[in-house]
Formats: sequence, C-alpha cells, structure tokens
Amino acid sequence: MTAYLKLDHIDKIFTRGAATTEVLKDINLTIEKGEYVSIIGHSGCGKSTLLNIIAGLTTATTGGVLLENREVNSPGPDRAVVFQNHSLLPWLTVYENVKLGVDKVFAKTKTRAERDAWVMHNLNLVQMAHARDKRPSEISGGMKQRVGIARALAMEPKVLLLDEPFGALDALTRAHLQDSVMALHQKLGNTILMITHDVDEAVLLSDRIVMMTNGPSARIGEVLEVPLARPRKRLELATNATYLKCRQRVLEFLYERHRFVEAA
Amino acid sequence: MNMPATKIEVETAAPASIAAPVVAMTPKRPPRAETYARIARETAVRVIPPLVVIALLLLVWELVCRRAGSALPPPSKVFKDTKELIFDPFFDHGGIDKGLFWHLSASLQRVALGYSLSAIAGIALGVLVGQSVWAMRGLDPLFQVLRTIPPLAWLPLSLAAFRDGQPSAIFVIFITSIWPIIINTAVGIRNIPQDYRNVAAVVQLNPLEFFAKIMIPAAAPYIFTGLRIGIGLSWLAIIAAEMLIGGVGIGFFIWDAWNSSHISEIILALFYVGIVGFVLDRVIAGLGKIVTRGTAQG
Repeated sequence: MTAYLKLDHIDKIFTRGAATTEVLKDINLTIEKGEYVSIIGHSGCGKSTLLNIIAGLTTATTGGVLLENREVNSPGPDRAVVFQNHSLLPWLTVYENVKLGVDKVFAKTKTRAERDAWVMHNLNLVQMAHARDKRPSEISGGMKQRVGIARALAMEPKVLLLDEPFGALDALTRAHLQDSVMALHQKLGNTILMITHDVDEAVLLSDRIVMMTNGPSARIGEVLEVPLARPRKRLELATNATYLKCRQRVLEFLYERHRFVEAA
Repeated sequence: MNMPATKIEVETAAPASIAAPVVAMTPKRPPRAETYARIARETAVRVIPPLVVIALLLLVWELVCRRAGSALPPPSKVFKDTKELIFDPFFDHGGIDKGLFWHLSASLQRVALGYSLSAIAGIALGVLVGQSVWAMRGLDPLFQVLRTIPPLAWLPLSLAAFRDGQPSAIFVIFITSIWPIIINTAVGIRNIPQDYRNVAAVVQLNPLEFFAKIMIPAAAPYIFTGLRIGIGLSWLAIIAAEMLIGGVGIGFFIWDAWNSSHISEIILALFYVGIVGFVLDRVIAGLGKIVTRGTAQG
C-alpha cells in the first residue's frame, strides 16, 4: 500500500493563557491515491481542525502531514479546500472566482487563452458555465458550492479537501451535489478527503470512513471500509445489505460507544 | 354509512382545461400621458415639501429682517445686492477681485490636493494598523489624541513649517481628513473574514496580490465611509483655513466681505459653500456605491 497522503502522529494543543486544551491526539492515517475518505465525528471533535492542519491553515503541535513523502506545513493549491460556507469572493464574478486560483497555479505553464479555457472547462464540470458572469449574491447556495468545487478542482490539487461541503444546503440540493461529486470523483479520479457529520453521506460517497472519538483529545476510533462497487446509485443502495451494514456500524459508533455528551 | 358516493368532478374538469383555447395576452402598455403623469406625481411628492419649507423660511426671514435698523438684510435685499455676483460668476478684475466661480475653484483645488494626499496616506496607514497588531498598539493611541486637535490649531504650526499660505492650507486639509480614513480603513481590514484569508492562503497569493485582490475590495465599504467623513471635514477645514491665510478662495471671500460689511455677499457665499459641500459628499458616496457594487455578503 503506497501512502499518498500520510498523517503522522498528529497532536494539536490549543493554548490560551495558562489553559491548554488537547484537541487531537495521535492521529495516524494513510490515504491512497484516488481514494475517497470521509472523517466523521460529533461536532467539536476537532475534525475541522484536522482538515485545517492538512490544508496547512493551522500547524500541528507535534507530528506532521506528508504528501507524496514530502512534509507540507503551509497552505497550497496542491491541497485545495472546498469550504463549508463556499467562501466565494462576493466582488468577483463566478468566472473570476475560479480564475483567481487558475491564474496563480498555471501562471507559467498555461497561456492566457489556455487558462481561460481551463476555467470554463471546470465550470462546465460542475454545470455552472451558464452563470459565469453572475456574482455570488445572484446565485443559489447549491450553485455557490458548485463554484467552490470548480475553484478547488481547477487548481488540480493532489488532494481535494472538503470541509462539510454540503452542510449548509437543503436536503434535495445536498443529494444532487453529492451525486455530482461522486460523478466527478469517478471521472477525474481525485484523491478526496471529506469532513462530514452526515452518516448517509459518508457511507454513500466514501471508500473508507474514519470515525473520530469525542474531544477533548479526540483520536481515530475506528476506520471502516465501505466495500460497495462504484458507480453507486443512491436509490439502489437504500436496500443494499452492505450499505445498511456499514451505515449501522457508523451509527453504532457515533450513538452508542461515543455518544455526544452535551456537558463534556 | 350509506352515503352515496359523490362523483368526483376532477375527471371532467381536467380535459376542459387542457382544451382551453390559448389566448394571446398582449401586454397592456399604459398610455404615454399616464406614465408622464405618474412621474410628475412622484417628483412632486419629493420636491414640493422642501420647496414649501424653503418658501416659509424665506418669508419668516423677510418679515423679521425688513424692519428698519435690523442687523441682517432680508432675502430680497440679499438678492438685490448680490445680483452681479450671481449672474456673473466668471469675472476677473485681477488680485482677489474675482467672480465666485474662481473663489470656489481655488478652494476646491486645495481640497482636491490635500484630500487626495490624505486618502492615499490614510488608506496606507489604515492598512498597516489594521493588519499589524504591533503597528496598532504603537500608533493607535497617537491617532486617538491627534485626531481630536481642531483643524485651525494646526495652522500656525504649518505656517511656521512651510512659511507659505498655500502649502499650509493643504496641510491643514490633509491632517484634518486623514483620521477618519485611517480609522475606518483599519476597522475594515480587521473585519476581513478569515474565510477570505484562507482562500488567499490556499491560492498562495503574495502580499501584493492579497492587498489588491482581497484587502481593498473586502474593506472597500469601510474605506468609503472614512473617505466620506474625510471629504466633509476637508471642506470644513478649508473655509476656516482660507479665512486666515487670505488670497483667492471662498473662505477669504467671506472674511473679505465681512471686513467690507457686505453682509449680503456673506449670505450668498454661505449658500454656495453649503451646496458645494453637499455635492462633494454625494460624489464620494456615489463613487463608493459604484466601487463597492457586489461587495454585499451573499
């Protein structure tokens, strides 16, 4: 097994004045190229902190992140992030938002015309080419997240990091976008790491589900393989025994063994 | 229990609706006269109330000041005295004996120069203070004290430094209008959402690109608030400064009129000062609206 992305003994301790909180403890994980891995856990378990460490937006207190055997500790387009609340720049059009990353990443390798074509290609991938000249305030939440995905994809990341990408969307839009992401993963073969708190979403999309224990000092409690063949169809899976068994396992982990304690 | 089953009417109704003939709906356009009448009504609603108030004020003023021995002239006398100035703002008899256009334009040129300098320096300092905690700790107390110094208090010092009226007046405008620009810019920079900073970090924008592509657009609404307060203060400061430094300019025109007891001219000049100040404010506000278009969170 070749480790494409490797999380090596990551600890994260926040210090505020004299008080220290250990958020993450001894996180070890290896992800293969082309794999779709979800990290699931209750809110406050530090899963977003973990994603920020991988993205380089926060640094680990000890341990590190290795991408293709090289340590990464600052943010970069090789680990593009799709943020929870889309984070499109409101003063730029859809096209310009995607172009911002493209211009930077391909400044030397692509000509102006090629970059333009590449932006449009990525907008086409998420079916947003029609809105190229609209501003984020003029499109719906689901469309914004599509553009967010296009922006990340357009940077040709080695690992695509999704930070609860569908969390802010209504159920129907969410299902639609999940299907889109699945189709993109099938087509492009990206390595994807997704943070989620939705069990169905995790089982439907992932090859492996990483379940985290509750914080403080959250660890990886269990890693579940999802042996479902791709392409997966939402409707067929609803009655699939393997799907239901996986779903059951995750639910048991979250609600029996690591029940979220409000007071903790 | 033995109720007769009611026949549901839907079945018969549905085909009827399908078969309903398509009626071409021609959009009804209101007659042109009606549109004009509507526009006229809307304009009247906005324009008439202020006109009524102005007319009433003029009437009261006229009644109060027309008595013999009143200190201030009534509006009718103001108009009679200043007719020449109103109808010929472009005359130039050399020296400071010029039409009001030239006085106003001299004042506006000083404001343009002083205000441009303060906008550039103010935004630069605001970005510094907003971005760096240490710069804020070091500079903020200084700013808070300096900004309370009234414009005219700077004038003697700047006259001493520059030994000339023109640069001193420009300096006074600069130093008066810079504080709200600095402070508002700094607040705008500090309020840039972390999300935008994260995006910039992932895309790896360099500091210059970050400044141009993220900072300035994100802080633009705040910056324009500062610029708008700044232009108002500049206009306040220039009138006062010109009274003291002399030469061509609307401020000195007022002072000169006072010295020659031309009270009507003072009143006319005040009217112009008010209008110009209002226009300056609107120009900056309008500019802000254009520049910050689409910055609204969505």
